[in-house]
Amino acid sequence: MNWLIDFFGSADNWSGSGGIPNRLIEHLGFSLAAFVLSAVIAIPLGLWIGHTGRGALLVVISANAARALPTLGLLVLVVLLIGVGTIWPVLIPLVALAVPPILVNTYEGVRGVDPDLRDAAYGMGLRGRQVLFQVQVPVALPLILLGLRLAAIQVVATATVAAFVGLGGLGRFIIDGLATKDYPSVIGGAVLVAALALAVQFGFTLVNRVAVSPGVRQAR
Amino acid sequence: MGDEPLVRWDWIWRNWANDSPSAISTLLLAHIVMAFVPVLLGLVVALPLGVVSARWRWLYQPTVGLMNVVYSLPSLVLFSIFLSITGLTQWTVIIPLTFFTLAVLIPAVVDGMTSVPDHVRQSAVAVGYRPLRRLIGVELPVAVPVVLAGLRVATVSSISLVSVGALIGQGGLGNLFIDGWQRQFYTPIVVGIVLIVVLAVAADWLIVAVQRLLTPWSR
Repeated sequence: MNWLIDFFGSADNWSGSGGIPNRLIEHLGFSLAAFVLSAVIAIPLGLWIGHTGRGALLVVISANAARALPTLGLLVLVVLLIGVGTIWPVLIPLVALAVPPILVNTYEGVRGVDPDLRDAAYGMGLRGRQVLFQVQVPVALPLILLGLRLAAIQVVATATVAAFVGLGGLGRFIIDGLATKDYPSVIGGAVLVAALALAVQFGFTLVNRVAVSPGVRQAR
Repeated sequence: MGDEPLVRWDWIWRNWANDSPSAISTLLLAHIVMAFVPVLLGLVVALPLGVVSARWRWLYQPTVGLMNVVYSLPSLVLFSIFLSITGLTQWTVIIPLTFFTLAVLIPAVVDGMTSVPDHVRQSAVAVGYRPLRRLIGVELPVAVPVVLAGLRVATVSSISLVSVGALIGQGGLGNLFIDGWQRQFYTPIVVGIVLIVVLAVAADWLIVAVQRLLTPWSR
């Protein structure tokens, strides 16, 4: 507890480029960029595969293999290959981490929609695209949001590793603290990252409540 | 780094097995221990906890809520907290990874138990199974596919997450990433990534094979 008071009570930790506000902004920056990029890649692909049924096996196999990719190794390798001048070294490993859960849940969600429901929509004269966006997506939304939530949490949590290669973010407090045996900084950074991850978790609970159609929620 | 090749085979050859603590085979062994002990511990704890919270539904929400919180903690955060408790031992990696395994497995066990169709349960009662024997002989076997799906996710994540332990000095193959980074040398990094992915895919196949053995009726 004293460590926390040391860390959060120190004025140095609240200002400048190494202060908590700036590190938080850097952390959110990486995380948001990686999350949006992953969603832009994975959601259309997942919708298409779930709707058409094409390439499903490929998704399951590649998603499992991608889950095994060690973020730290990928990060270090990408930095050595292209340098730290841009944000890409952080984005590539984080996107590799975030795409599988979004892709798999979007695909499973759309595929899992009751075939009767889909056929009824076609029977009422809706076309393929209308069936997808007016019937399948709303029904699949809880699963799609689950995928987005898992991805967002993993991205926020794993972005800490970026600090190892000298990039910013809240991981700096942990990694620099470990290097200099400054335990208040390690624990303080840990608390900050955990709080951010919990905030993301809570945010998605709220989104779920607002975005999911009441009819779909009752059916569950 | 110019013309440095991505993989230098002679380096792998020299460092595969020697007496140094950073030999690749030694790191691989440490990696296997730190990845699989949490999965086994997690399975042993998650089965009873999952069964209990599937039977008494009011336990379910708090348990899963707590597991969601644990799951959202970064591995590096838990490692650095346990570093101050268990020091520079493998337990500093094993204990946090056990929590992550639980976070995946307890919901999987609960989902597996609730996936047992009611007519199956009632048939078991009708032919004279008492609760404990019904659990072991009927409900758990029927739940196997769902539980093992969770176990696959937990195992693969665990194998991948051990490498983060390298940042606190216990990372198995993850140490190769630090080594490669400090010397600006690709080969150890590539070796580490490839071995971790191969290990994960092999473990995944093993679980699928076990599932085929345990559920002969689904073939």
